[in-house]
Amino acid sequence: MISASIVPLFVAIPLAGAFLIALFKRIKGMPDTLGVLASAGTFTISILFLLKMEIGQRIIYNVGNWGGFNEVLGKIVGIQLVTDGLTLFMLLIVNFVAFIVAVYSINYMTRYTQKWQFYCLFLLMLAGMNGVLITGDLFNLFVFVEIASLASYALVAFGTEKRELEASFKYAVMGGMASLVILLGVIFLYSYTGTLNMADMTGILAGSEQPVLMYLVFGLFMAGFGLKAAMVPFHAWLPDAHPSAPAPISAMLSGVLIKALGVYAIARVFFTVFGFPHQISIILMTLGAMSMGVGALVALRQWDMKRLLAYSSISQIGYIMLGLGIGTPLGILGALFHLFNHSIFKSLLFLDSGAVEYASGTRDMKQMGGFSRKLPVTSGSTLAGAMSLAGVPPFAGFWSKLVIILAAVQANHMKLAAWAVLMSIVTIAYVLKMTRFAFLGSLKDVFANIKEVPVFMRISLILLALVCIFGGMLLIPEVRDSFLSPAVRVLISGMRGGV
Amino acid sequence: MNAHLPYILCIILFCIGVYAIISKRNIIKIILGVVIAEYAVNLFLILVAYKVGGRSAIFSETQVILPESMVDPLPHALVLTSIVIGLATTAFLIALAIRLYGKYGTFDITRMRELRG
Repeated sequence: MISASIVPLFVAIPLAGAFLIALFKRIKGMPDTLGVLASAGTFTISILFLLKMEIGQRIIYNVGNWGGFNEVLGKIVGIQLVTDGLTLFMLLIVNFVAFIVAVYSINYMTRYTQKWQFYCLFLLMLAGMNGVLITGDLFNLFVFVEIASLASYALVAFGTEKRELEASFKYAVMGGMASLVILLGVIFLYSYTGTLNMADMTGILAGSEQPVLMYLVFGLFMAGFGLKAAMVPFHAWLPDAHPSAPAPISAMLSGVLIKALGVYAIARVFFTVFGFPHQISIILMTLGAMSMGVGALVALRQWDMKRLLAYSSISQIGYIMLGLGIGTPLGILGALFHLFNHSIFKSLLFLDSGAVEYASGTRDMKQMGGFSRKLPVTSGSTLAGAMSLAGVPPFAGFWSKLVIILAAVQANHMKLAAWAVLMSIVTIAYVLKMTRFAFLGSLKDVFANIKEVPVFMRISLILLALVCIFGGMLLIPEVRDSFLSPAVRVLISGMRGGV
Repeated sequence: MNAHLPYILCIILFCIGVYAIISKRNIIKIILGVVIAEYAVNLFLILVAYKVGGRSAIFSETQVILPESMVDPLPHALVLTSIVIGLATTAFLIALAIRLYGKYGTFDITRMRELRG
C-alpha cells in the first residue's frame, strides 16, 4: 500500500528545485547538484510507486481536501490527482529520461553561460510534464500543458542566436494557438457536462446520447494535442524547434515532451473520457500513416544530424499513433512499448549528436567522418540507438515495431501493415546514412585532435544504450505484467466504442 | 438571434486573431493576433457561465438564495488562470520580438530566413 499524499511530490519536487536553483545560483556547483537531485528524487518516487502499487489500483489525492470533494450539486469541484497504471508507466519514462539528461547536462551545459537558468527551466518543464501525467482534471491538464510548453519555448531559444530565436518564435506562436484550441475544447466539454473532473465526465458522456457538438470537440482536441505531439499535418514547428535547442533539451523535447503533452493527452482524453469512438480510430490511423511517411521520407534528405533525428521523431510518433488507432489490446501494447523505446533511443541519439558537436563542433554530416576511432563511447552508443531506431533484432525497437505490425495484420489492416514495413525500410536507410557519414569512413585532418566527451556525458550515454539493447526484455511475461500490462489495461477499460 | 449575438461576435473576434497570425508579416502584429484570439477564448469562457438574470455566487445569512439562481462561478476562477497564462505567453513572445529585432534590425518575418529550405 502506498499513501496518496506523496502523489503531489511529482510536481512539488521539481518546482521546489527550480526555485532553490534561482535562489542559490551564485554558489558554484549548486544548480547542477539541485537539478540532478530533484530529477533523481522524482525518479526514485516513481520507482517506489512501481514496487508498491497493486495491479489495477487507482490512487486518488484531493488537492487541499476542502469542501469541493463532497459533491456540490452532484459533481466534484476540487482538483484531483490520479495515479493509475498508464500514469505510472509514463512517469517512469519521463523521470528516467529527465534524470539521465540532468546528469548529461553537468558537462554539456558548460558550453553555455547562465547554467542555472537552464536547470531552472528544465525543472519547470519537468514539473509541467509530471503534472500533465498525474492530474485528473481537464482544466488542470491544460494549465500543466502550458507550464511545460512555456518552459520549452524558452529552452528552445536558449542559445539566443538567430536560428534559435526564430525557431522559438515559430514554436511559441503555433504552440500558443494549440493551447487556445485545447482550452476551447475544454470549455465546450465543460458547458456540456458541467464538470471538469475526468472520471465524472466519463460517466456523464457514457450515460447519454452525445450531441453533434462532440465532433467539434474531437476536432479541437485532435488539432491541439496533435500539434503538441507533432503529428502530420501539425508538425511544421518540430524540425526547427528540436534541432535549435541545446542537445539535452532536444533529447527531452523529442524523447518525452511530445509524448507527455501529445500522445499521453490524446490517449487519456480520447480513450478514457470519450471511450474511443470509431471515428477517432480512423483519424488516428490515417494521421499515423501520414506522419510515418512524411517524417521518414523527409529525414532521408537531411544533412544536419539533429534535423534528421527531428524528422525521424515525426515518423516514429506516426508508429505510436497507428498502434493506438488500431485499438486492439495488441496494438495498444505495441504503441506503448514503442513509446517507451522511442523515448529511450531518441534521447540517446540526440545526446549523441550533442556529444559529437561537443567534441568536433559540427552537426553537418558532410563534414564528419571516421569518428568511431576517436569517440568510441559516442559511436558505440549511437550504434545501439540507431539499430534500435532502425528495428534490427535483438534491439528493443525491433520488438515494438513487430508488435505494431502484427497488430495491424491481426486487425485486418493489411495496407497499413505493408506501409509500416515499407517505412521501417526507409528508416533503416536514413539511419545507415547517419552512421555511415558520421562515424565510418576516413577521419579528416581538422578533427585529428578531438577527444572523447567528459565522464558524466559518457555515463548517461552508456546507461541509455544499455536500455536500448536490453529493452526487448520488457516483453517477457513477468516483466510485462508489472510495467506494460497495467497501462494497456487502463486504456482498454476506458473503451466503450461508438458515439 | 439576439441571444446568440454575443457568441457570434466572440467567434468573429477569434477569427480576426487567427487571420492576423496567418496573414501578417510584422512580428508585433502576429503577437497582437495571438492576444486577440486569447481574449476571444476568455470571453467565450465567461459567456458559458452567464445566465440571464443570474446573480453572483455568494450566499447570504439574511436572505435565502438558491444555487440555481446564481451564475456559474467556476469559469470565473478558470478565466483568471487563463489570463495569467496568456500574460506569460505574451511577455515571452514580446521578449523574443525584442531579441529578434536586435539581431535583424526589423520586425518583418519574411526577412528572417535562417530556417528556410
